[in-house]
Amino acid sequence: MVTPFVRHRGKVVALPRANVDTDQIIPKQFLKGVERVGFGSSLFYDWRANPDFELNRPAAQGATILVTGPNFGCGSSREHAVWALAQYGFRAIIAPSFADIFLANCYRNGVLPVSLPASDVEVLIRNAASGSYELVVDLETQLVSDDSGVSVAFSADPYGRQLLLRGLDEIGRTLLEEASIAAYEQTHGMGSPSPAGRGGQGVRP
Amino acid sequence: MQTLFDRIWSAHVVQELADGVALLYVDLHLVHEVTSPQAFAGLRREGRKVRRPERTLATVDHNVPTSDRSVPIADPVSARQVDALDTNARDFGIELFGLTSPGQGIVHVIGPELGATQPGTVIVCGDSHTSTHGAFGAFALGIGTSEVEHVLATQCLVLSKPRNLEARITGSRAPGVTAKDLILALIGKIGTAGATGHVIEYTGDAIRALSMEERMTVCNMSIEAGARAGVIAPDDVTFAYLKGRPRAPAGEAWRNAVERWRTFRSDPGVTYDTHVILDASRIGPQVTWGTTPGMVADITGRVPDPAKLPTENEREAATRALEYMGLKPGTPLEGIPIDRVFVGSCTNARIEDLRAAANVVRGKHVSTRVRAMVVPGSQRVKAQAEQEGLDRVFRDAGFEWRNAGCSMCLGMNADVLGAGERCAATSNRNFEGRQGRGGRTHLMSPVMAAAAAIEGRLVDVRGW
Ligand code: SF4
Repeated sequence: MVTPFVRHRGKVVALPRANVDTDQIIPKQFLKGVERVGFGSSLFYDWRANPDFELNRPAAQGATILVTGPNFGCGSSREHAVWALAQYGFRAIIAPSFADIFLANCYRNGVLPVSLPASDVEVLIRNAASGSYELVVDLETQLVSDDSGVSVAFSADPYGRQLLLRGLDEIGRTLLEEASIAAYEQTHGMGSPSPAGRGGQGVRP
Repeated sequence: MQTLFDRIWSAHVVQELADGVALLYVDLHLVHEVTSPQAFAGLRREGRKVRRPERTLATVDHNVPTSDRSVPIADPVSARQVDALDTNARDFGIELFGLTSPGQGIVHVIGPELGATQPGTVIVCGDSHTSTHGAFGAFALGIGTSEVEHVLATQCLVLSKPRNLEARITGSRAPGVTAKDLILALIGKIGTAGATGHVIEYTGDAIRALSMEERMTVCNMSIEAGARAGVIAPDDVTFAYLKGRPRAPAGEAWRNAVERWRTFRSDPGVTYDTHVILDASRIGPQVTWGTTPGMVADITGRVPDPAKLPTENEREAATRALEYMGLKPGTPLEGIPIDRVFVGSCTNARIEDLRAAANVVRGKHVSTRVRAMVVPGSQRVKAQAEQEGLDRVFRDAGFEWRNAGCSMCLGMNADVLGAGERCAATSNRNFEGRQGRGGRTHLMSPVMAAAAAIEGRLVDVRGW
């Protein structure tokens, strides 16, 4: 079940870097677990060793909205990256652009990715430097706004937006399409060779 | 008119959910130990089954030791994750190539090796380098763990249709220039987000001239250009590779399959959303100098001066990268001393890669300042190499010869760089800390890495 996201008001922290990859967001040593929880404290683990790192500054404490550079979340498909961001407390991430797999992972974990033009992101990054900057991110109206008159429209992925607004159980929803899936398998399944077949020495239960 | 990718897409739409969003049927789902435990836990919690276990294959690769397989995994946390996949495969009826199986290996190496990777199919895996399988004319993409769970339960994936990007690579490669150099040069040209939201179709005579293994190297790194996937139209090279493999069709079914596979191509004159053209004859061996695969240059080049880069983002990123990499602007790339060499990963650890590297090191010895290792992509690749005597060539030259796995590509097991160690690697990511905290990675081809091992510094394999 996706945690719903409709409208969120929260404190902003800026991480003005391009191409932040998922290896930085959650390094590999934290991927050995079999649970979905316990990732928040490992967020940006290597970078957080540096006391000057943006998230370590006193003013950044309690931030729930991350504003950052282009191509955020590139690299590995590890959903652990989004789990870490969400469990640390982030509800929304604002950047000029995101990597595709990361984007899909956000929508499935109640984290809203907001793409805004680079010039708008720069304004938000500057405003966040004050240390007490708050934004309202509204997925219903698709607007990012603050108390001093900034108001920028964004357009979320229509499918991802529905997932978040309604807090959908995506698998449950797809399972309602059973008839279509079975029909597809009837018409196509026969013609295409099943990938699992003879030989190869795997262990089949 | 349709592109190859459009054709695969439309052949797999189970249902249109919204404009451009479809429920897509998945022909083959590859599973590994790191991104699947939470998905199986989700199925259990909801009392759900795996819809098509026969279309699902599992192996352990990311988090396994590459040392002696006859002893238990020393790290208890890693062992628990490997055991979890054992249990999940058994409970949900999925075939597993486990740690001691002769078919174990990196998931993107064993799929093709088994002949399970086939043209015109949709293939997914909870791993971004699933793009590798696109070399066969499959739409193959990496997904997150929630999507893994979705595919396990429904055999379908919900996806917005990506756009088409044609990367036309023309001309012929000079000796010493490899498929790795083509893809690194392409990423250097379009950037690590250059293909975001797109499927790259690689076309042109330089692509047609590649072997299947070389095509896999190219498609493998599509994700490093930000692409959803990479594809190459299947042809006789593809069919020759697949023929006789354990999971490939045989007899009458083979003939029918090849006939169908031939239809998976782009219509002549079809328009792509985006284009990029590269002349292979102008590309030299490539080496990365920074902390993204796009920070790359010809080996004859120099470490760039961040101040001279065109945008603020690039200047800032390059400054950070050079600081991390411990490099000064203007330093010639050739001659940079290295401490470690890693020949491995789903990019460059298939048999042709090992043969090429072995040819470079045969009769020579690894520099005394270097620790070098070869990690075959699969146990089958390893066995084949041993049959050809390549293990002897590597061992005699001073390389460590390991068992198959992801190993130092991501350093989840014991194979890691120490802080400040500089590595010539045949893998695909040079991100900060990827191969070990503080480790410094230079990406390159297997022949370049092999030559660097002997010299103890980055060298141009062409003049060597
Ligand atoms: S070898 Fe590296 S890139 Fe390939 S699947 Fe393993 S960790 Fe990922």
